[in-house]
Parts: sequence; structure tokens; C-alpha cells
Amino acid sequence: MNETSILSVDHLTMRFGGVVAVNDLSFEAERRKITALIGPNGAGKTTVFNCITGFYKPTSGTMRLTHDDGRSIQLERLNDFRISKQAKVARTFQNIRLFPGMTALENLMVAQHNALMLASGLTFLGLIGAPSWRAAEKHAIDQATRWLDRIGLLPRADDAAGNLPYGDQRRLEIARAMCTEPALLCLDEPAAGLNTRESAALSELLLSIRADQGTSILLIEHDMSVVMEISDHVVVMDYGVKIAEGTPQDIRDDPKVIAAYLGVEDNEVAAVESELGL
Amino acid sequence: MTATTPDLVQASRLPGVAFIFKKALISALVALLLFSLMIGIRTEAGPTGQLIYWTRSGDLAAMVVTVFGGSILVELLRQWWGPVGTVRIVPPNVQSALALARRAIAPLLLIFTFLVPVIFYDQRYILDLGILVLTYVMLGWGLNVVVGLAGLLDLGYVAFYAVGAYSYALLSTNFGLSFWVCLPLAGILAAFWGVLLGFPVLRLRGDYLAIVTLAFGEIIRLVIINWQSLTGGPNGVSGIPRPSFFGIPLTPGDDGLAAKLGIEFSPTHRIVFLFYVILALALLTNWVTIRLRRLPIGRAWEALREDEVACRALGINTTTTKLTAFATGAMFGGFAGAFFATRQGFISPESFTFQESALVLAIVVLGGMGSQLGVALAALTMIGGFELFRGFDQYRMLVFGVAMVLLMIWRPRGLIGHRAPTVFLRHSQAISSELAGEGRG
Repeated sequence: MNETSILSVDHLTMRFGGVVAVNDLSFEAERRKITALIGPNGAGKTTVFNCITGFYKPTSGTMRLTHDDGRSIQLERLNDFRISKQAKVARTFQNIRLFPGMTALENLMVAQHNALMLASGLTFLGLIGAPSWRAAEKHAIDQATRWLDRIGLLPRADDAAGNLPYGDQRRLEIARAMCTEPALLCLDEPAAGLNTRESAALSELLLSIRADQGTSILLIEHDMSVVMEISDHVVVMDYGVKIAEGTPQDIRDDPKVIAAYLGVEDNEVAAVESELGL
Repeated sequence: MTATTPDLVQASRLPGVAFIFKKALISALVALLLFSLMIGIRTEAGPTGQLIYWTRSGDLAAMVVTVFGGSILVELLRQWWGPVGTVRIVPPNVQSALALARRAIAPLLLIFTFLVPVIFYDQRYILDLGILVLTYVMLGWGLNVVVGLAGLLDLGYVAFYAVGAYSYALLSTNFGLSFWVCLPLAGILAAFWGVLLGFPVLRLRGDYLAIVTLAFGEIIRLVIINWQSLTGGPNGVSGIPRPSFFGIPLTPGDDGLAAKLGIEFSPTHRIVFLFYVILALALLTNWVTIRLRRLPIGRAWEALREDEVACRALGINTTTTKLTAFATGAMFGGFAGAFFATRQGFISPESFTFQESALVLAIVVLGGMGSQLGVALAALTMIGGFELFRGFDQYRMLVFGVAMVLLMIWRPRGLIGHRAPTVFLRHSQAISSELAGEGRG
């Protein structure tokens, strides 16, 4: 455990009945770095995400988030919305979860709910149209506009989110998560379904978020071109356990990772399994 | 596209004579099955109480033949008309005129409503009907917060209406508090009960939520019926004071408003006063709802309707958000209830049956979930239409049912089927409610 890590996951285990989705997983995500969580389908990556963001309560293990000011929060003790509100962890979803009937701008306004709620004096100041509320609302619209501009959606700000093309929806969901001003941004397969050009634009966006906002990023991704290009650190999971971690270059050459992804010859199964401790 | 394509389309669209006959035959068969019991056999209690029945095969045959002929006619009409689409039915210039009319309808309706007591001053019936319609407009707008904005299906809205009515009735008859003091109290009490209902149902969604709210409505009614010592049970509460003009009673006496203004007393004054009171209350509901929609809480309600999981991921406390929606809706229901009590002067549990909840919910759904204007129009159609068909007596419900079915075919998302964004950068464009969620919680 070191001071540079923003998130340290320690002996995390998640059981669903008899199924052990995540088994004694420990890893750290470094501050202002991009950490990738990869692994074949069903490896338990999304379960880890759901534990970190409070959608699941882990069976055992701890997850500690340390802010820039040294304040540290045990995520497993907070439930659902408080993780976003107090611990400043934002997430996106594998299957996009925008508010399809609301405009792109409205989506980004909803993301600033907690700040705006305070500014509107828990609605009462807003109801009478107090100047302080008007200023706060204008500030929120400005922030949303900046993000729309950054993801190239400014011309479509007033369109319903459900009407946007798939790639735009992906970027809008990231912008929406960023509007909560998170310390840690968790992205669940942000490049899924994107073409090569869109993937490249996504990589650029994530790198710029890290550079400009100083947000640490934890991402699950299958698109290896994105993972290899932008990650600083890669954690590989298979069957709920960590099988490797290191720099993208290390991971690329790791035989265990290759075995997990590509499978092995039948006569080598026993050897690989004993090596993995299965 | 080749030149032959239109012919192909034409050919594929025109089914043969055999198809039409087959369809008509099936319709006739279904009609025969249905009507053989409904029309074919007539039962009655005989002179000594035994059951007697006789067959009416003539009527039955006539009915089946009508269905057979009607089915052929409908199919032929459909072929003559061609594929149905808005573009074909409504030409663009008419559409733009309609768009203009749509923008003008709300202000015109408001001006007309303000003038109703002036125009129909000597028609008590119209004024009473107007008050009734406005009460339902207000209830619709109140329920719209819960169902239309937050997407929480509430089948027990009448409970809050009852709480409001009984709050005013009991506070005024027991403690002599005036209407204007009781009005906010009734709202607060109803909101309190809204929160109380909200707590246990927070974890429920969709159908389950609907069932529990339905039960809640019934519980409140049963408690009112059975708590004889407080509520008077089925006998209700009578002698509820009429509202005063801010302390000045609307009575023929020397201290009445008419005497103070030096005009001749007329009982219509009170009706007109009540009309403007409910209009003011309804407009207050509307104003607050419109304001709330543009505040973070209103946006959170709509976001909750769209996707609750995403809301939680954005740090929105879904518990308090749902509770505030319940409380706000209940508060308006409470206001309307207090008004109802003061208008009637007498209330009993019979006024707060499930039918009222269903009617208000129908108004909200018919109007287009979340649309303020739609709800107002729907209330006008439902309540006004009900009165309009009073002459048809037993066919009233039938006509009404047919009208509802037609409306649901043509406008499945309600009269006003789109939502207006709460904030925009350049131009506000309506969002089709096909995209908007209906809510699951």
C-alpha cells in the first residue's frame, strides 16, 4: 500500500450463492493514472466494478479510496448513491444508461444534481428564483456546455439523448460521469461497439481527462488497442482471480495471459492450472 | 427504384376477395360466440321468483350479419384509403397551422376560463360544472407530479384527497378554524401521509407499487368509515363552514360581503367565488409544477423515471427524491380535498372510492404523462364529456369507452405526446415521448 494509490482493493471476494465471482482479489489503482482491468468474458470484471461503485455489497474484503487531501474512505461501508456523492467515484455502464428522453444538456445537468440541490436551497430558494440560484444554474449550464464542446456534441445539445448515434451516446455518458467532478472515474467497456476512428477519439478523450482534470481512471476494456495505448497499469483477471498485473508491455508477453485469452493445448491444461493455483 | 415498384406495392397491398371473406367470416364467428349468450338468451326472474328465459335468435342473427357486413365494409374502406400515415392524412400546411394552434391553445383556454363566470353568470349548472372540471384539473396536475414526472404509478391518490377533505372538515367543525388557515394545514397533513405511504413502498416497483398504493387508498377509506367517534363513519361530516372572503362571510346578513360592497346579495356570488378559488389553486399547482421541473429536484424526478440505476450512479438519493415526489403530489391532493369539503359542506367516505383514483389516473394518462396542458384538456374532456353524454343515459359509458379506445389507437402516448426540455442552449425542441421512459417504480 503506498500513498500514490487512489484506490486499494484488498482481498475482495464476492459470492453469489455458490458462485464465487471474485475471489480474494487485491490490486491498486494509482493516482492520476489509467488502470485497466482486463480478462475474458465472465472473469468477474464488472462484479469488481459493481462492488467499487456500491451496487453490490462485497462478501468480504476492503476497498479504500484516498483523496488528494489524504482523506480516506472505506467504500464497502457506503451504499449506492453515497459512493458517488461522498467518495466521488463516478461510473459508466456496459450497456449505456443515459436518460434517453432528456436532452444531452439535461443529462449533464442531472449529473450536477447534488451541487445544484444545495445551490437551490433544497428547492426553496430556487422556487422563488433567488439570484444565488440563478448564478449557480448558469454556472452549471456553462460547465455542461464545456463538456459538450469537449466531446464534440455542442451542436446536438438540445437533442434527445436517445436520438444520438451510439458513439455519441458513449461519449455523452463519460461526460455525464465527469460532470459529477469525480476523483476516480470507472468506465465499463467504453470502447464497446465503437469503430477504429471512434476508439482513437475515445483514447484521446480519456488521456485529456487524466491530464486536464487529474482524474484517475479505472477501466474495463476488451479493445486491446485502447488498453495498450492508454493504460499505465493493467490488471488481468480470469475466473475471479488476478492472474497477472503490470505495464501493458509486461502483460502482452505474459504466457498466463495468453493462455487465458487464447486457451491452451489439452495436454498443457494441468500444468497451466497448477501454475495458476486452480 | 424501378418503375414497376409502385405496381408491386399496389398489388401486395390489395388482398383478394377470399381474404376479405375469410376475415369477415372469422369476425362473424367471434360475434356469434360472444352474442349467443349476451343477446341470444334473455333471462329474467319469473313471477314466483324462478328463473325464466327465452331465446332471441332473430336479434342474434341480425347482430351477426351486421358484424359480417361491417367487417367487409371496413376492409374495403381500408383498401380505398391506403396506408395510414400522418403525412397523408394531414397536409404540411395544415400541420403548421395546427402547430400554431397548439401554441395558442393554452393562453386562450386560460383567458376563457377566467371569463367563464362572467359569460355564464346566470347559468348555475355551467358554473358548477366548471368548478368540478377545475377540481379534477388540479387533482390531475397533482397526480402528474407522481405519475407523469417521477414515473411512480399511484392508484391510491384519492387517499390524499380524502385526508385533505377530512382535515379541513374536522379542524373547522371541531376547532372553528377558517378555510384559509386549514388549507395549508390540509396540504401539510396530506404531504405527511404521502411520506408515510412513500416509506414502505420505496423498494417496490411497477405493478407491486400500484397494488400497494391501491391498498393504501382503501385503508384510508376504511379507517374513515370505521373510526366513528372522529369521522362520523359512513354518516360523514356535515355542516362544514363555507369559505369566507378573507374573513368576510358571503352571506345575506349585514356583515356579508354583498352588504359591505353595497350590492344586492345573490347566492351566485359564492359560486363565482368558489370558481375563482379553485382556479387560483389549480394555477398555483401548475405554476409550482412548472417551476419544480426546472429545478434540480424536478430534473431528478424525470431522471428517476428514465433510469433509476443511472440516478444512483450519479449520486442522487433516490429515496428522498421519491418521497418528495409523493409528498408534493399528495400536498396538492390535500389542497383539492380541502376545497372539495368547503364546496360541498358535507363529506362522507363515499366520495373517496377507488373510482375517483382511477378517474384522476385516467386523466393523467389520457393527457399525456407529464404534460400540463394535456392533463387540463383531458380533465375537460373526461368530466365535461361525461356531462355532455348525460342525455344518452345507459349508452354514456359505451360511447365513452369507444372514445377512449379510439384515442388509445391514434394517440397511445396521450393527447400531448411529447415533453418539452427543461433547459436548452439554442432552441427548445419537443422530445417525442416514444423516447421518454414511463417509469418502473
